[in-house]
Amino acid sequence: MPFPRCDAIWIFVRAIVGWIKRSATQQSTARLGHVGSHKRARPNLRGVAQFLFAVFCATSAMAQQPASRTLEAVQKRGVLNCGVNTGLAGFSAPNDKGEWTGIDADFCRAVAAAVLNDPAKVKYLPLNAKERFTALQSGEIDLLSRNTTWTMSRDTSLGLAFVGVVYYDGSAFMARKSLGLKSVKDLANASICTQTGTTNELVLADYFATNKLAFKPVVFERLVEVLAAYNSGRCDAITTDSSQLISERLRLQNPDEHEILPELISKEPLGPVVRQGDQQWESIARWILFAMINAEELGVTQKNVDELLTSTAPNPEVRRLLGLEGEFGKGIGLPNDWAVRVLRAVGNYGESFDRNLGTGSRLAIPRGRNALWQNGGLQYAPPIR
Amino acid sequence: MQRDVSAKRSWLDPIYDPKIRGIVFQALLVIALGFLAYEIVTNTIANLKRQNIASGFDFLARTAGFEVSQSVIPYTSTDSYARAFAVGLTNTLLVAALGIAIATVVGFIVGLGRLSSNWLIAKLSLLYVEVVRNVPLLLQLFVWYIAVLRALPQPHDAKPIAGVFHLDTRGLHGPLPIFGHGWLIVLAAAVGVGLAVTYYRRAVQRQQLTGVRTPLLWPSLGLILGLPVVAFLLTGASLQFDHPVLGRYNFDGGLTLLPEFLALLAGLSFYTASFIAEIVRSGIEGVPRGQKEAADAIGLTRGQALRLVVIPQALRLIIPPLTNQYLNLTKNSALAVAIGYPDLVSVFAGTVLNQTGQAVEVVLITMAVYLAISLVTSILMNWFNARMAIVER
Repeated sequence: MPFPRCDAIWIFVRAIVGWIKRSATQQSTARLGHVGSHKRARPNLRGVAQFLFAVFCATSAMAQQPASRTLEAVQKRGVLNCGVNTGLAGFSAPNDKGEWTGIDADFCRAVAAAVLNDPAKVKYLPLNAKERFTALQSGEIDLLSRNTTWTMSRDTSLGLAFVGVVYYDGSAFMARKSLGLKSVKDLANASICTQTGTTNELVLADYFATNKLAFKPVVFERLVEVLAAYNSGRCDAITTDSSQLISERLRLQNPDEHEILPELISKEPLGPVVRQGDQQWESIARWILFAMINAEELGVTQKNVDELLTSTAPNPEVRRLLGLEGEFGKGIGLPNDWAVRVLRAVGNYGESFDRNLGTGSRLAIPRGRNALWQNGGLQYAPPIR
Repeated sequence: MQRDVSAKRSWLDPIYDPKIRGIVFQALLVIALGFLAYEIVTNTIANLKRQNIASGFDFLARTAGFEVSQSVIPYTSTDSYARAFAVGLTNTLLVAALGIAIATVVGFIVGLGRLSSNWLIAKLSLLYVEVVRNVPLLLQLFVWYIAVLRALPQPHDAKPIAGVFHLDTRGLHGPLPIFGHGWLIVLAAAVGVGLAVTYYRRAVQRQQLTGVRTPLLWPSLGLILGLPVVAFLLTGASLQFDHPVLGRYNFDGGLTLLPEFLALLAGLSFYTASFIAEIVRSGIEGVPRGQKEAADAIGLTRGQALRLVVIPQALRLIIPPLTNQYLNLTKNSALAVAIGYPDLVSVFAGTVLNQTGQAVEVVLITMAVYLAISLVTSILMNWFNARMAIVER
């Protein structure tokens, strides 16, 4: 029941209060002769009316939601609020200079570059698995770029929209080599640590139930706690996305004593998320990701992008990507060089992958399923045309 | 020609009647608050709908799909969210009830220790109180969980304690007794308690009427403990133990108390006990000295003086603040989430909230449950307080 016309109501209320006050004063002057009558306190009508009005307007203000135009809001604010992991090397973690690095952090930067023309204008908000969706729903962040698995329930019943897949992952297990495990099924009756609020938690229960095996779950809110419990011997194995295991294994005291079992027991496509209902913002995020993947396919890199801009590049596909042909920026409410800004800031998908997760990083994760489709991987972006 | 103004009646007169005015303003306030509540609810629902976020309580019937490390009631991942809620609730109640019991006993012992004439006992009690109550509870939980857990052996290295118990990083394992006719023994115990209470009442009545004192301790103990033993023997004395067996990873079977549970219970109990100790001490010191001297004067022994004169009066001072401590302990049990104990907040307001995404409903239910637990505790303690209060004649 929204009441947008608070001003009109306020004028009306004041008129009534004024009228009652006037008649009350007349009354008391008429009664002056009567002993004690003037000692009666006048009712604080004004205060009550103000209170009622405040209640009225406060609640009707609640009905007026923040505008669904995220792009306008971000540009007006001049900074992109981006939800990231609290610290997961390769995806989003602060480096020794305090700068956020990783493929997820890169995506925040890419969006800021396209929308604000400055990849540095990002406010990173580190979030737990448990907090991430509420932060996005409530508008605290504009974009969630935090290794989040795309599932149907999350995409359809949380008021959220997944924009694509940054990393094709799967649930895996890590255990001590000394246990001599051959398969996940060897973990029957073991104590297994995992993080609450993740798909891994559900996949774990599903997998053991399907195989009619028992296990003892130990669940923590933060990944650090999961790792600490594993370290102290509270559990025999931990389960999470394989990329996280690769990253976290390196943080253990003796990484060589631990092994990641080769089996992946689920599909975990990780991608950025936006709020449902803002089609423009969703398209911006989606096409920034697609532009990064297409750029890799077309051989456009952070280094050669400026060169290609000035050269009379014959490839019309490249010209469209760089905004030299067509008006693709218009469709998403951005200037035509939106993809150029992205590529200047973070490079193409392959560059970001190599820098953060692949051969250029400590993790050295092979491209595998995350290679481009023409190289036998799953990364495939619709064309810009 | 002057008219008597006071006789003039006007429709505005009620404005000057404090009684009517009071009623009107209170009614206005109620309407305003009601309107506010209505607006909050309708707005929330409308906004959730508009953002396409699922709302309502239908999710409670859906399959939970996750496992919980400890449950008092049977539970598997194929049960519903409602069942998972019940698991969290019973886990909270379990740790709160045991915590209250331990904190009360430890608190009374330390509180009396503070008043001891033995220098060492008094100073040790003082040290305990000052150290434990001045360190944040969360920190103490971490100490109990992390420091103690790290010091424990792995399951395969664990040495047996008293022959049948094992303490390792996976918890405390012991044999689980299985009675052939468990419910009959419980019933016998309940009947025993009932009879003992009746016996006690009769004895008090008799003493008040005739002054003759009846032995109390042994007959009561006999009733409470003896009846279950008799029931056990009559039903064929079938008692088996389910011993934990060391498997590839853990001890399986038997009774296992998780390290998370033990750490939370220890942390909550000892923390709250330090406050209870101070309440007990101040309660006893609050009884006027003259009362003790008077008890001495009429020839009561020290024990009698304490039991019949000092403690009944001290309890009057102790119970109200004690209620607060019980409520605090129950609410503090929500810190379980920090060390992975599956209490209501961890299971329901944590996992269920996250897997369903229905934050508003889940948080509302959780708040309502804590409110209900606290109110019930309050009511019980108020009833106890009313019984203990000195009735002025």
